Amino acid sequence: MTRQQVQKVAVGSITAVAIVAVLPIVVIIGFILVQGIGAINLTFLTSAPSNGMRDGGILPAILGTLILTLGTAIVCIPIAVAAAIYLAEYAGDTRLTRWVRLAIVNLAGIPSIVYGLFGLGVFVLFLGFGTSILAGSLTLGIMTLPVVISTAEEAILAVPQRFRVVSLSLGATRWQTIWHQVLPHALPGIITGIILGLGRAAGETAPILFTVAAFYLPDLPSSIFDQTMALPYHLYAISTQVPDMPLSIQYGTALVLLMIVLSLTLVAALFRTRMRRRRTW
Amino acid sequence: MTAPRRQLGIKLPTFLPRGWQEFVIERIIWLAGISTILIVALIFFFLIREGLPTFLDIPLRELFGSRWYPTEGHYGLMPLIVGSLVVTVGAVLIAVPLGLLTAIYLGEIAPQWQREILKPLIEILAGIPSIVLGFLGWVTLAPIIQQLGSPTGLTAFTGSLLLAYMALPTVISISEDALYAVPKEYRDSALALGATQWQTTIRVVLPAARSGLVIAVMLGIGRAIGETMAVLLVTGNAANIPEFGVGMFFEPIRTMTATIAAEMGEVAQGTLHYNVLFGIGIVLFMMTFALNSLASRFVGSQTARRRKGQL
Repeated sequence: MTRQQVQKVAVGSITAVAIVAVLPIVVIIGFILVQGIGAINLTFLTSAPSNGMRDGGILPAILGTLILTLGTAIVCIPIAVAAAIYLAEYAGDTRLTRWVRLAIVNLAGIPSIVYGLFGLGVFVLFLGFGTSILAGSLTLGIMTLPVVISTAEEAILAVPQRFRVVSLSLGATRWQTIWHQVLPHALPGIITGIILGLGRAAGETAPILFTVAAFYLPDLPSSIFDQTMALPYHLYAISTQVPDMPLSIQYGTALVLLMIVLSLTLVAALFRTRMRRRRTW
Repeated sequence: MTAPRRQLGIKLPTFLPRGWQEFVIERIIWLAGISTILIVALIFFFLIREGLPTFLDIPLRELFGSRWYPTEGHYGLMPLIVGSLVVTVGAVLIAVPLGLLTAIYLGEIAPQWQREILKPLIEILAGIPSIVLGFLGWVTLAPIIQQLGSPTGLTAFTGSLLLAYMALPTVISISEDALYAVPKEYRDSALALGATQWQTTIRVVLPAARSGLVIAVMLGIGRAIGETMAVLLVTGNAANIPEFGVGMFFEPIRTMTATIAAEMGEVAQGTLHYNVLFGIGIVLFMMTFALNSLASRFVGSQTARRRKGQL
């Protein structure tokens, strides 16, 4: 084979491999959509499960997931944004900063089930919150920190240096510069990171297994010390622990979960492209 | 952006001198930064606190034994560690070539319009919850593998396939960054010397990007070894050590993560079984900590070399 032929064969096979890698994504989503859409109707979305999960809807699980996502946001956003400001604006190239960065890399790599163990050990047992929305939100919030910190830091670093220089030269203090000049411009990027992080948290099962998730609760939780149902755990429970479970309900639950998580991802993506288009520096 | 959105200077309450207030804000921000170190330390501390009896009360020979029967007091971790490794090796063998070649396609071959379709698709894959993939593997993939000759279809290979797909976005995006970081001059020089695009990619771009590619592989391994829900559903959860060979991928196995997820709900706090599950958590924590610290070392040395102009 001449090298031009090699080139053709190589490009052809790489293209084929790329198709093999990407095509299943479309198939997976399409398949769940087709199989699950039949189960979705108003009753399914607005009523509690009945007849040992085999009938009725998944409303408590949907609401539980929304509550947990909100809780995650409350725990995660203040710490993550402040930490990102620290890394982007204050941290010098010191040993301490390198430790902080190493800590963030490792937080991102810790398996979600280990976060579950941590939440069980600290929040549920040691601090005595019990299996509760509070314990679950804290666990998910901490797990979401690294994603949000990294994206928020990138967004802050992307604000041009001259904005800061001008502000400082006009006599503004460091914090005034950050608050009035840097953060407003970094905000869209920060929000994108937050939405991405929350999307991931909403779909997680392992961290909530022992910290908050309930197998079946007909009533909605009334305080942050209550347990709640949640979509990912509900899907796990009905697909493995309920005998004779109708497949359509399982697919329907998977579809609802997928839609919630993917719509968050989509919103984040749209936000990012709009922001890039509007940026004029 | 032409004009500042707001007037500079904020109205400060008269009872607080500005300097003092800002001092407090900056302390809080510093504290948030430091909190990440504290959280890692706290996670480690609590894993040790609950899991230490594993390594103190159980003789090491028993702990690294091959029998995991917690109800009869046998806490051999070997089947679980081997199970995790088998699934992970399988996943890496699938995900790395697939991910690397897809990254080459995206970075070197695909026209712009294809890139704009493919990249969001890969981001979507990263967003699919693992329980959804696990569920799908359980209801569709396992029956297919069963028809291929496995008794239940719940095998290490089934898990590897799912994990490979979950690790794929990580491998692709980091490999692509690594390829993108190779200076354009390298490609231009190779092409100017008469090399074909393929020769340029394989002999110039890939070697220049190798440390980034190593990072991609390591983080891919990290993702795969820590995955829980999908492997819990599709690997059969049999705590056996399969015989070494190609056949081991087609045996049911049980991973460390799945063991914690499946058994923690049923044990009483303070029992040895409870402690051992935290002990498994320690092993997992150590493995991913080592992988990620090593990977970030690589990132550090890579940026340093680029700064010195060696890359």
